[in-house]
Amino acid sequence: MTAAATLSGAGRPRRLGKALPSALWALILLTPAFVSLASVSFYPIVNGLYLSLTNTSLITQEQDFTGFANYAQLWGDAQFWNAWWHTMWFTFASTVLETVIGLGMALILFEAFKGRGLVRAAMLVPWAMPTVVTSKMFGWLFNGQNGIINYILLHAGLIDQNINWYGSADTAMTTIIIADVWKTTPFMALLLLTGLQTIPNSLVEAARMDGAKGWITFWYIRLPLLMPTLLIAGLFRALDAFRVFDLVYVLTGGGPADSTETLSTLSYKVLFSTLQFGYGSAVSTAMFITEGIIALVFVLFLVRQIRRAQ
Amino acid sequence: MNDTRSPLQSFAIYLGAFLILVWSGGPFIWQFSTSFQLDKALTSGSPSLIPHPFTLEHYYNAFVEKELHRYVWNSLVVSLATTFLCLVVGSLGAFALSRLNVKGRFGILMVILSVSMFPQIALVGPLYLVATNLGLLDTYTALIITYLALGLPLVTWVLFGYFETLPREIDEAARMDGVSIPGLLWHIILPMSLPSLVTTGLLAFISAWNEFLFALAFTSNIDRQTIPVGIANFTNLYYVPWGDIAAASAVVTVPLIVLVLFFQRHIIEGLTQGGIKE
Repeated sequence: MTAAATLSGAGRPRRLGKALPSALWALILLTPAFVSLASVSFYPIVNGLYLSLTNTSLITQEQDFTGFANYAQLWGDAQFWNAWWHTMWFTFASTVLETVIGLGMALILFEAFKGRGLVRAAMLVPWAMPTVVTSKMFGWLFNGQNGIINYILLHAGLIDQNINWYGSADTAMTTIIIADVWKTTPFMALLLLTGLQTIPNSLVEAARMDGAKGWITFWYIRLPLLMPTLLIAGLFRALDAFRVFDLVYVLTGGGPADSTETLSTLSYKVLFSTLQFGYGSAVSTAMFITEGIIALVFVLFLVRQIRRAQ
Repeated sequence: MNDTRSPLQSFAIYLGAFLILVWSGGPFIWQFSTSFQLDKALTSGSPSLIPHPFTLEHYYNAFVEKELHRYVWNSLVVSLATTFLCLVVGSLGAFALSRLNVKGRFGILMVILSVSMFPQIALVGPLYLVATNLGLLDTYTALIITYLALGLPLVTWVLFGYFETLPREIDEAARMDGVSIPGLLWHIILPMSLPSLVTTGLLAFISAWNEFLFALAFTSNIDRQTIPVGIANFTNLYYVPWGDIAAASAVVTVPLIVLVLFFQRHIIEGLTQGGIKE
């Protein structure tokens, strides 16, 4: 959101020198970026689409065009749908929790208090940490025997025996969601904080003058004005959560009993364990399509919000 | 705003701030403390934040048995090369989009940004086949080329945003004086953009340093594997060496945390300016 605002605020590009050399220079300077993105991002997507229509396998060395056979198989593949639902649940739960808790944190940071700089700096720690390290760290914190979380909960009387967090099919996905929420919420809060800071204070002050209480000004003034930021932050977060790989692969590897298998980990296994590049590409293409639909839903919401605001 | 606050509100704010601090710092402090405790203490059933007795055993294991320094070296080579290339390619592109009269430049920027949203698992299979055919498996090159493209969208966006804030009168004056277009970038725009180059460089470095999926797929031995792959494979035959893992985590995370704390203001500004992207 902030990016769009900066962009529209910028003046129109003025011409530098003669048009031809300038245009030629632009082409030359943009070429490295185009080559890089075309070869590492666009080519694989197109190639993956093609592979998904073949029976390519690195074991049998086959590579025959088979039309939509892979997709037909996918449609009836219980493992795929299992992973699909897990991914959707993970995306939904983590995005909602991160947005709501992040908003709470942003509202606290918005107030002036001693040590605010320290708190804001500390919030970058979870974000900067490699996800693999986060995953191992939660493996230790939530360890079924010696984890500190069990110890705290047990001694606080909240549970009466140790929970085998990520070792049991009932709680493994929840543990992964908690780890993701821990890692991403503070960053979400910092983004929402910059959104809050762009809301003119005069509006809030005016409402206060009219006798509006704190939560009323929040509900009727700050929240509606923050809505576009919330939706865009939520969109980017959802698209990112949908791709979750590191956290799951390192903490549970998709287990126990496939209870945390997501689309990324399933694709990875089909690609690199069974070496079925055709079928694996069908899984990842199906994932790409689902991600496109998620983005579309968010954008439709966003457009409606903006229309309503006008 | 401060004067209208009741003591209860003040208390709520400080409590909230304290909870955020515990949330953000607590788990890593615990991990850090774990790295100095003996396995016996870790499994004793009465966990303690203060290491007693204090030990460096896990650091010894991480470096001597698991050869952590070799992963660190690989990660340094890959991340530094990626950062350098991202800054070069990104600043050329951002300069062209910001300063030269490019038609449909916002369209181009949107395309570049949307690329960063592609699911990476959809890229890894086809790229693996390309790397195999070109003999690039188990090389730094494969990782650097991939990370360049992954980091480029964010770098280009943030630099573009920064270049847009530099007054255009400077360009015009320079052009009047006969400065060429590459000269304009090299002698005028880049020196003025040092803060932004530091921020974007740091972002590119962190994303390359932390990347796991492609490193896992493209490398198969310690000669080329990066830190995330190394730590993911940190397991002993009969038990999980939590202490060793904690030591390795501390070694690879503390420098990042120091960098991030040092540049925090720039990072927050850079990220929010360049669109919302983790």
